[in-house]
Amino acid sequence: MAVTNNAMLIRRELMTRLAKMLNEGTIEKEIDRIPIEMRPRHSETSRCCIHKDRAVIKYKLMALLGFNIEDEEDELTPLSEYARMALEREKLTDTMLTVVDEACSSCVKANYVVTNMCRGCVARPCTMNCNKDAIVFVNGQAVIESSKCVNCGLCQKVCPFHAIIYQPVPCEESCPVGAISKDEHGIEHINKEKCINCGKCVVACPFGAVMEKTHFAELYQGFKSDKKVVAMVAPAIAGQFKVPMEKIVGALKEIGFDDVVEVALGADITTQNESAEFLERMDEGAPFMTTSCCPSYVNLVDKHIPELKPFVSHTKSPMYYTAEVARQKYPNGVLVMVAPCTGKRHEAFYDPNVDLVLSFEEFGALMVAHGVEITSTEPESINMEITNVARGFGYSGGVTNAVKAYAPTANIEPLVVNGIDKAQIRALKQLPKSCSGNFVEVMSCEGGCVGGCNVIANPKIALRQIDELMKRSKVK
Amino acid sequence: MTTVKICSGTLCYVMGGSELWTLPEALPAELKDRVTVKGSPCLGYCNNEKPVKAPYVEVNGKVIREASVSKIIEVIKDEIGGK
Repeated sequence: MAVTNNAMLIRRELMTRLAKMLNEGTIEKEIDRIPIEMRPRHSETSRCCIHKDRAVIKYKLMALLGFNIEDEEDELTPLSEYARMALEREKLTDTMLTVVDEACSSCVKANYVVTNMCRGCVARPCTMNCNKDAIVFVNGQAVIESSKCVNCGLCQKVCPFHAIIYQPVPCEESCPVGAISKDEHGIEHINKEKCINCGKCVVACPFGAVMEKTHFAELYQGFKSDKKVVAMVAPAIAGQFKVPMEKIVGALKEIGFDDVVEVALGADITTQNESAEFLERMDEGAPFMTTSCCPSYVNLVDKHIPELKPFVSHTKSPMYYTAEVARQKYPNGVLVMVAPCTGKRHEAFYDPNVDLVLSFEEFGALMVAHGVEITSTEPESINMEITNVARGFGYSGGVTNAVKAYAPTANIEPLVVNGIDKAQIRALKQLPKSCSGNFVEVMSCEGGCVGGCNVIANPKIALRQIDELMKRSKVK
Repeated sequence: MTTVKICSGTLCYVMGGSELWTLPEALPAELKDRVTVKGSPCLGYCNNEKPVKAPYVEVNGKVIREASVSKIIEVIKDEIGGK
């Protein structure tokens, strides 16, 4: 998510420090100092005191090193030990997100809170209307007992003084599938069975408590090895910096990637296959087909809307085809997907040809760590065989646009689902019964991949940059 | 004419600099014709200042630290008012 806030900036600083130490080979020696350097004595604090801030920084670094916070065995294990273990690690896990319990502020248990505006009136409609007997009076003011409250909101409606407020739990509100919830201590946990890796909780938490585990350790091991390290960049990357695509490729090479392949290359293959599949399905009398390139949407269907599964295209994602092509060229290479979201990290884990994932945000941090100045980097050539529509895969409507260009004679009635939330999920569940179009494009993030949870640039500004690249690409 | 230079260097962009490019649409109508908005390669502040307060913007050569669209507009108004 682009719109910056402090929790996000702290995360980016942590990533930058981590990358710098990994690059310079000083991590085991210096990482334990980061919490102290970032919160020296007498400095301003984000929380109650510097010690709490330092503890949170430590655990966030543990997460960034690729560990689940709940796997901690000994509180005394220093970061240097985690760094050592990360560098020796041979396998990634299928858990992409971890909640830093130390950072989770255990937001309100019941969403309705009586403020001190309560006048303890004689009428007391709040208690009279509460069907759960959840409201008691303490020192002349109403108090809601969270163990009894069912969040119906009646008390708020009837309070004559507007003294009762609704306070959201941001991560829980943002999760479209109810996968994040509190334990008995009020700390949030992600239920892996339900989670679709959309990353919305990462963006929503104002304490930055939900962290995505990076592949930094594995990536730097790759850079240090003899193997070729290849970046496969998602189409949305073209909008992430105020420079032409050629310079973004140049920056990746300056960081240490041996080659860069645009995933738009695979988007052309995806579109070709998806258009053919669409025509075939329509011939067979199918009422509609949905796209399959957004991994969070595919997870959503698998886990929560199985009735939609028969309608999801069998075509693989642009990442899949790109990695297939890249693997032929680099049989022993380290193939790194550079992506805007947690969803792709999850998809990549199951793709035999994709070794690692680097988010856009992490790419930005790597550049800062390596002192790569993107405006003055050497431009590298890009593949001019890639079509304009393939390069437009990263915004809402882009896939529809591409399929239309590839199947100009098809009678496409598009329905574009721009972002998944609870209401959209209810609508998606109705599609098998009645669908107003025959081609349904679904992207989990509002605006499409340019609005992914790990992007750097404002999606609107990113779109202009992508448009500029599309205009000078091969016209389909 | 008032000139706004938005730093498009790596650090400024990573620290949210792209938001500043919404400035042209956000300018009040009376200022639109009196302001030029330009991008700039790294202005160099990130290397010379500690702590770093990116993103950086210059309005007629005056630096704005931790710039936001509303901060820039305030400075533009001061500049134009002062002339």
